[in-house]
Amino acid sequence: MQLFTLLLLCFWGVAQGATLEVGKGKTYGTIRQALEAAMAGDTVRIHPGVYAEGNLTLGKKVTLVGVDYPVLDGRNSDEIITVTAPGVGIFGLQIQNSGQLNTIDLAGIKVLSTNHVRIGNNRMRNCNFAIYLSNVQDSEVFGNDVQGTPKEEQNTGNGIHLWKCERIRIEKNYCTGHRDGIYFEFVTDSDVLGNLSEKNIRYGLHFMFSHNDRYRENTFRNNGAGVAVMYSRQVEMTNNHFEHNWGGAAYGLLLKDISDSRIRHNEFKQNTAGIYMEGASRIDVEQNRFEANGWALRVQASCDANNVRENVFIGNSFDVATNGHLVLNKFEGNYWDKYEGYDLNRDGVGDVPFRPVSLYAVIVERMPFCMVLMRSFMVYLLDKAEKIMPSLTPEMLHDEKPLMREPQLNQNHPT
Amino acid sequence: MKTSLVKYVLYDILQNRIVIAYTVFLLAVSMGLFALSDQPAQGLISLLNIVLIVVPLVSLIFSTIHLYNAADFIELLAAQPLKRSAILWSEFWGLSLAMITAIIIGVGIPVLVYAPNPTGFSLLGTALSLTLVFIALAFWASVATRDKARGIGVALLTWFYFALLYDALVLFILFGFADYPLEKATLALMSLNPIDLGRIIVLLQMDISALMGYTGALFNALFGTVWGIIYALSIMLLWVAAPLYFAQRIFRKKDL
Repeated sequence: MQLFTLLLLCFWGVAQGATLEVGKGKTYGTIRQALEAAMAGDTVRIHPGVYAEGNLTLGKKVTLVGVDYPVLDGRNSDEIITVTAPGVGIFGLQIQNSGQLNTIDLAGIKVLSTNHVRIGNNRMRNCNFAIYLSNVQDSEVFGNDVQGTPKEEQNTGNGIHLWKCERIRIEKNYCTGHRDGIYFEFVTDSDVLGNLSEKNIRYGLHFMFSHNDRYRENTFRNNGAGVAVMYSRQVEMTNNHFEHNWGGAAYGLLLKDISDSRIRHNEFKQNTAGIYMEGASRIDVEQNRFEANGWALRVQASCDANNVRENVFIGNSFDVATNGHLVLNKFEGNYWDKYEGYDLNRDGVGDVPFRPVSLYAVIVERMPFCMVLMRSFMVYLLDKAEKIMPSLTPEMLHDEKPLMREPQLNQNHPT
Repeated sequence: MKTSLVKYVLYDILQNRIVIAYTVFLLAVSMGLFALSDQPAQGLISLLNIVLIVVPLVSLIFSTIHLYNAADFIELLAAQPLKRSAILWSEFWGLSLAMITAIIIGVGIPVLVYAPNPTGFSLLGTALSLTLVFIALAFWASVATRDKARGIGVALLTWFYFALLYDALVLFILFGFADYPLEKATLALMSLNPIDLGRIIVLLQMDISALMGYTGALFNALFGTVWGIIYALSIMLLWVAAPLYFAQRIFRKKDL
């Protein structure tokens, strides 16, 4: 409550327009009446209650502010708010039960072809698409609590959906129960900061054809298939948490046709595959921590010129797996807990190279059901023999400078 | 089964130098492995190998030798008004309790100190179940063969088969039939070896992330839920019960 009073005060100062009160016994009984009466620059203050007024279109620069989360209900048939004007703000509302159509993507809040829109601290419940930005520039989506009702993948929309946007900031939102928690397509120069995306049906974060974007301090956990980054370049991913994405096609981070990007200071924990790379080029994977994953890295032979440097690999079932003999990537200066070499000159760097792909990893790659023999003494013997005389494992895939001790990584994680 | 008899056998075995040495060896190796590795998880991996190789071997060989050495005592007991099954059960529980004590001290204490987590406890559970399984197998081997040397030979071969040969054979079969749907077959193959079952119980904790990567429906149903452990444990129980049943059937009619 205090927060919203404060927020209100802020906007009072900024907007300098009139404030229109909506609610029982106030000037306006419905939001629609208030919106019709409002002038550009006005603030519409919505008092607690349930407002089921069908579709509300914000075609002028107004700010909607909810007091104690008034409920805007779409009765499972409407798109609740549609924004078409620049400079609109929507704060502190509970928006629920949007409709769902096969022909149009109905959303809780849809923003169409405009700019400078701010959507903050709303509660989105049981919406098809919750927040949907289409052809929008210079806008912000922050502090929203987005909870969907998971149905089948094809019948559920995304939590925060952006299509063809520029310079958007997605900050500190919580997304759960949607198809993709956060979805980007053709979105450039944008930031995704400090969000938590969990238990979505498909991906926690999904982005395609989105260049020059930055992802920082987000947590993606327990999503059907983790995080997917496809067909993009110049993407920066720092200080994110990728946790507990389990399943046959689940990845902490899936990179497909990505180039010139940096993945730094992230933590990958308990994923079936920490990072899965396919067609990835010129990516720096630096100072990340891979812990207790099935595969820390799966680097397909279609990847080239990637640098895997100064990462920490601890307690993974397999550190690196690949599907071919050709290795065009560089592994250097990582800490591998499976390294058994020695360090005679005591400079902290092992004197013999480490080969992170074991024979057994190669066997499992070809015949997945051999998985049941993991950690069998027989497999251990085979791996030892292969280490001495590599024949099946890619010879060129090695770390020339494996670290002897686990380095302290300078990670700054969200809690 | 007579409790006094169990007690007698138990005290007799607990004073045995080999059991004491076994306990000390396990304790030293476990403590050493944990102390030497940077991460407790790494220590557990090394310890898993010890448990899967050494525990079956010692349980099997020690029990076989003990049973042959106790042949006179068993003969004496058979002359008393005691049921044959009571004699067998007393020997089994006496031996089992002694070996379980060794495991609890030798593996249980280090696990409690260094890795008191689900993986550590599943490793301890595996060690205990393997002990019981291989004592039961030793009973069968020693009751079935009269000659001590041959009995020990059978026991050794059994260990070699389960600990080393079996996985190589499985790998061989999987390679040979790689083009066929082998999901159910692999599970069946794993159930036919108690050491593999024990290993899978630990894997379900240690490598669950990787196990979930295999898309087989049966695998996911089994490994993704608590049923995997229940399945493995119940098959393991069968592995204790079946050899004991056969041993008892032979022992009942055996001319001592």
